Amino acid sequence: MANDEMKKTSQVGEAKAKEPKKKTSYISAKESRRITKFNRKITKKLEHDREEAGKDPAYYTTRMRDPNNVVEFDNMCTYFFSDVGTVKAVDGISFDVPKCSTVGVVGESGCGKSVTSLSLMQLLQRPSGQTVGGEIRLNMGDGTALNIVNTPVEKMQELRGNYISMIFQEPMTALNPVFRIGRQVNEVIELHNPEMSEEEVKARTMEMLELVGIANKEGVYEMYPHELSGGMRQRVCIAIALACRPGLIIADEPTTALDVTIQAQILDLLQNLKDKINSSIMLITHDLGVVAGMADYVVVMYAGRVIEKGTADDIFHHPAHPYTIGLMKSKPVVGKKVEALYNIPGAVPNPVDMPNYCYFRDRCEMHCEQCAGKYPPEIRISDTHVVSCYRYIDEGTVLGYPKTVDVEGLLNG
Amino acid sequence: MAEKTVQAHDAYSAELFKDAEKNPENLLVVKNLKKYFPIKSSFFKMTIGNVKAVDGVSFVIKKGTTMGLVGESGCGKSTIGRTILRLIEKTEGEVFFNGEDIFKLSKAELRAHRPNIQIIFQDPYSSLSPRLPVGEIIGEAVREHNIVPKEEFDDYITRVMEACGLAEYHKDRYPHEFSGGQRQRICIARALALNPDFILCDEPVSALDVSIQAQIINLLRDLQKEFGLTYLFISHDLSVVEHISDTVGVMYLGNLVEYAETDKLFSKPLHPYTQALFSAIPVPDPDYKMNRIILEGSIPSPANPPSGCKFHTRCKDCMEICKYCRPDFAEIEPGHYCACHLYNDPARSAELSKIMDEMKRAEAEKAEAKKK
Repeated sequence: MANDEMKKTSQVGEAKAKEPKKKTSYISAKESRRITKFNRKITKKLEHDREEAGKDPAYYTTRMRDPNNVVEFDNMCTYFFSDVGTVKAVDGISFDVPKCSTVGVVGESGCGKSVTSLSLMQLLQRPSGQTVGGEIRLNMGDGTALNIVNTPVEKMQELRGNYISMIFQEPMTALNPVFRIGRQVNEVIELHNPEMSEEEVKARTMEMLELVGIANKEGVYEMYPHELSGGMRQRVCIAIALACRPGLIIADEPTTALDVTIQAQILDLLQNLKDKINSSIMLITHDLGVVAGMADYVVVMYAGRVIEKGTADDIFHHPAHPYTIGLMKSKPVVGKKVEALYNIPGAVPNPVDMPNYCYFRDRCEMHCEQCAGKYPPEIRISDTHVVSCYRYIDEGTVLGYPKTVDVEGLLNG
Repeated sequence: MAEKTVQAHDAYSAELFKDAEKNPENLLVVKNLKKYFPIKSSFFKMTIGNVKAVDGVSFVIKKGTTMGLVGESGCGKSTIGRTILRLIEKTEGEVFFNGEDIFKLSKAELRAHRPNIQIIFQDPYSSLSPRLPVGEIIGEAVREHNIVPKEEFDDYITRVMEACGLAEYHKDRYPHEFSGGQRQRICIARALALNPDFILCDEPVSALDVSIQAQIINLLRDLQKEFGLTYLFISHDLSVVEHISDTVGVMYLGNLVEYAETDKLFSKPLHPYTQALFSAIPVPDPDYKMNRIILEGSIPSPANPPSGCKFHTRCKDCMEICKYCRPDFAEIEPGHYCACHLYNDPARSAELSKIMDEMKRAEAEKAEAKKK
């Protein structure tokens, strides 16, 4: 009897001792040393592999799965090798950006929206940030495609601004404060069109400034960024992005730093310009309202994975994934009175230590027995609508599981 | 000349909320509040101009209700909040809290008054001291103001934390161990611990994600029901303001342009700026046909605001009088205040057009004198 009690107390003691260890976010010095050593090894290997792959164009030219797409993401994985462990910021995402359309990427902060766009531009902070697996295929327009993951830096410099360009969230930090606006727009045009004369470049710059709705273009040409308001700065950023008529514009939260009235101006401008120069827009935002007004296709991301994708109509009128449904319900809408807003309980799991079941299960009110198993596959529930949730496994066709990369294996193999 | 019109304007708006502070239902009464920030020249530190951050604002908040304050960035929303709390001194005007003028309090009285009126800041990352454990962050002011006896202190802090959705074991942790939503809960607990009557929420959910936003908004509403709190909710997110507020004030460049009950304001906005603002709210429905009124240009500098109605440079209904005279902040329908010449009554209209003619004449004379 006494023995049993002893056992019990010792068990309780053990559990207590284990509990804080599990909860704490600190790591021991030994563990920290191991991680640093591992990171050094793996980044060295990845950088070496990248250099090798960049030498031969055969390694980075491929074909598009569908020639009507501008960009195809195929099981792309981007990991950060940080001091607290490997952060799987983007872990096996697949979606396409069709020609002349707007794709909205929605998700909370830290879900990997921006990392996706940075991977596409190859602007990740290397060597700690690496695209370790999968393919990003960029349509070159002549039947061939480039795999951005292996493309060498010299080749990338030709592509940035010319085939893909980016509009950043904060226009003030995106523009250089010590150069005049004219020079900053000229720079892009000069770089990609070395045959143009100085006058031609200036004429093109003026044309671009006019296109984005700057009335006083001659004046603005000679101004510095600090002399302009937030909305005007964002217009200049858009002018820079469009200067070489790229096939894809990535707009990374283009209106988050702006006021509602200015936001309306900028969104209106983007929508009109897209039709004028026939390019696609990848619109990254956390604002569902902005996406609904702009996007043809919507991709919803959660904790580094795509959980639902489809046309705007699919996502907004028939949301399937519990997270998407919760997100829609938790945003107050003008004109719709509700007593209390729905709130998704809990928080996003720690990116260093992701569970091996569905990432949303712990916050999900609709989870079932199957959810405790493997991460759910992508399930096609209509022609355009794909969702990753076990609730639809009997209704739709299973497309496949997101492929993740085993970093330990990468080092050995 | 311009001074004369301003005086006429001030006299008119002084009538508006006359003796509102004597009504015990009104917790906070703000009358013609002005806050100018001087612009100093580098040479001799002379004042060469004023940034008119708040330029004559009047409103009333009833006990137990929430007032929303919306507007573009730089329109003076936060300055109003800080002036009401007397974190910065006013330039002109009066603020009554529970019937007493805040700006007439002495230093000691102000200190005793502070617990009644608390603030929650926008950014939960920078408004918490990284070197204090959470229990101390919440309890510091409680001890300082002797809200509870010493022996009940620990229990009291635990109770406050539980009311805000924090567990007792969070007490010894530091702010960096918490996520954004939980930090905002700490900020709310810190404000709530002093047992205030009034909490100023300065964009409390702007820095948070949508799913966390809903948690915090619901928490604020529940606390209001439980403790009978009064909020002034500053935000630029109109949908959040509509959800949480009983009355809403719309600001433009230091002025309140419209003020009414939420339902009235959202169903029938009167001021052209409010109409444009509401039409620009993105609606999460792809089939919704947006009928956006797109405002041209951007908000003018508050150091050198346009003459007359400050909105006339961007207004679609601009008339001649708008360029010369400031519109009065008048009660157009019961409980619905709006500052726009479109809704002037005939008597006041005639008065104003007289002033306008005088101004025009003065201007013409000036131009002629210059010619000579």
